[in-house]
Amino acid sequence: MKMTIPREELMTKGHTGCQGCGAMLAMRYALKALGKNTMIVIPACCWVVAIGPFPYSALEVPVFASAFACAASTAAGIKAGLEMQGKREINVVAWAGDGGTFDIGLQSLSAAAERNEDIFYFCYDNEAYMNTGRQRSSATPYGAWTMTTPKDSTKNEFKKDIDAIMAAHKIPYMATLSISEPEDFIRKVRKGMGIKGMKFFHILSPCPSGWLSDPSDSVKIARYAVETNIFPLYEVENGEKYIINKKIARKKPVSDYLKLQGRYRYLNESQIKTIQEAADKNWRSLLKKEEFPDT
Amino acid sequence: MRQLMTGNYAASYAVKYAGVQVIAAYPITPQTQIVEKLSEMCAAGELKARYINVESEHSAMAACIGASSTGARVFTATSSQGLAYMHELLHWASRARLPVVMTNVNRAMAPGWNVWADQNDSLSQRDTGWMQIYCKSAQEVFDSILMAYKISEKVLLPTMINYDAFFTSHTEEPVDIPDAEKVRDFLPGLRRGRIMDVDDPCAFGTLVAQDTYTEFQYKIQESMQDAKKVITETCAEFKSIFNREYALTEEYKMSDADEVIIATSTMFETASVAVDELRKKGSKTGALRIRYFRPFPSEDIIRALSGKKRALVLDRNISFGAQGIFCQEVLAAAGGKGNMPAISGVVLGLGGR
Ligand SMILES: Cc1ncc(C[n+]2csc(CCOP(=O)(O)OP(=O)(O)O)c2C)c(N)n1
Ligand SMILES: [Mg+2]
Repeated sequence: MKMTIPREELMTKGHTGCQGCGAMLAMRYALKALGKNTMIVIPACCWVVAIGPFPYSALEVPVFASAFACAASTAAGIKAGLEMQGKREINVVAWAGDGGTFDIGLQSLSAAAERNEDIFYFCYDNEAYMNTGRQRSSATPYGAWTMTTPKDSTKNEFKKDIDAIMAAHKIPYMATLSISEPEDFIRKVRKGMGIKGMKFFHILSPCPSGWLSDPSDSVKIARYAVETNIFPLYEVENGEKYIINKKIARKKPVSDYLKLQGRYRYLNESQIKTIQEAADKNWRSLLKKEEFPDT
Repeated sequence: MRQLMTGNYAASYAVKYAGVQVIAAYPITPQTQIVEKLSEMCAAGELKARYINVESEHSAMAACIGASSTGARVFTATSSQGLAYMHELLHWASRARLPVVMTNVNRAMAPGWNVWADQNDSLSQRDTGWMQIYCKSAQEVFDSILMAYKISEKVLLPTMINYDAFFTSHTEEPVDIPDAEKVRDFLPGLRRGRIMDVDDPCAFGTLVAQDTYTEFQYKIQESMQDAKKVITETCAEFKSIFNREYALTEEYKMSDADEVIIATSTMFETASVAVDELRKKGSKTGALRIRYFRPFPSEDIIRALSGKKRALVLDRNISFGAQGIFCQEVLAAAGGKGNMPAISGVVLGLGGR
């Protein structure tokens, strides 16, 4: 089999990510796809720390640290500045966590999407505010433990459907990505590079410290998320054309995914059933969107 | 060419003449006309800039910061609530050492919605590391914007150009618009130095430990102090080309004065009229305007006040629990210096009163 993953590494040793951090792999793959002609904005999140301390950087492309709420607008500014100087071909990337995307950064992201800025927005979603020590975000799933959804009061609300929100902006391209599927990951980022306007990528990003999982299980957890339909892999063009990238012939029960993670240790049977039903329903609705783009 | 225009339009024309490349702004009274005009200029191709219609002032400043980090010349304008909403990013722009230039039309802070002149908006941003100018006329707004780009790009700190709501923003005054060519000579293209560049990849604004952090803050303070010299030199160069004179401060009938009114922005014009009236009655009054608030021109103020009997500072702002902010600053500058007058202050003109 011929591998399609580029050899070039634009992320070096010396990053300060934790062992087994999904977001580190995600950046590595994203940069392999995007190449050297790229600039990245990173708001407050684990990744801005992971770059390493001044004067070092684990990234071999320019990085600009932005305030928490404004990754998208900062990236839009960079793109505009470059364009006005005739540097049109540079990939401008906003790279934010779920907090910086679903919560505090949603306003600036929505505005950049509505203006159809010619930028790439990646959300590495570790489903909580991990950099500040694992607090709940609106991306935290139902039933999960965090420091602010503790034992006896684990999260009672469902995860915000950021993909539906982004699709509703009718942006030219968006896709979900998994660190367990690097070829699919790189193919979709490359596809985005051929599209002008807003590109949104949502990466489920296992976090051993926050998910209370074994660092060596991170890729497996990401794969199980896909194989249980907790995190399906798909693309959306112009907010209406859905393409599901992976249809699992014999999907796994969600419990396979949940039991690898200590953050779910307080779940009871009925909650697991609720999660299973939600995943099934979400999958059916995705199939419907793929089949009937106009509904 | 002399033209009748408001302070707001003077700002828009200055931005055009400065060859700004990226504008990101959000509407707020009494600033809105500036950005409407700029958006019209961009649409007509009269100004070759990208105009980003952001969804908030926070994003306006974020976009300016992003664009400035690539070496582009950027502009935004705001007022009051909008400036407060930007607060986090005001710190960001200065600490990232970006020469962003912005106009702020001084307007009262809510609640009690009031769109009239009041300086509490910009003075609340005193410690954000921005240079701050307070203008008294539409002409000065125009000229200050041109000079601000030059100064900011040398000092690598942003500049906020303030002027009074309605008294300056909406009042038409004759403004001398210079030859575009002369402006280009005075303010040539882009700055050099560290920018976002794929051929020289650097990380900007990432983790710094205590020692390095302190060194960075020291550098900003040093640059602010050095800025006084850069401002003075730039004003001299401006005068040699455009024949209009500016400095960190302005004096009116100060040489023989024994009492001094200290004021800012349009209130200085009123103070100058008062000086003439008082002089008719036989008193020896002069007026001093503080034009630059940051860097604070302590040396010039001390020199101007030396040997005077008394000084009264007029403040269109208040630091609750203390007093007028300019008065506080003048007292701090004069503290421990010999030959200083008795200094007192009054707070007046709040919310345009
Ligand atoms: C305005 C503001 N509020 C709060 C913070 C503190 N803060 C820094 S990172 C962070 C959480 C980031 O969460 P997320 O975006 O999910 O990224 P992660 O750390 O999980 O990778 C918070 C709350 C901040 N830097 N700025
Ligand atoms: Mg997170």
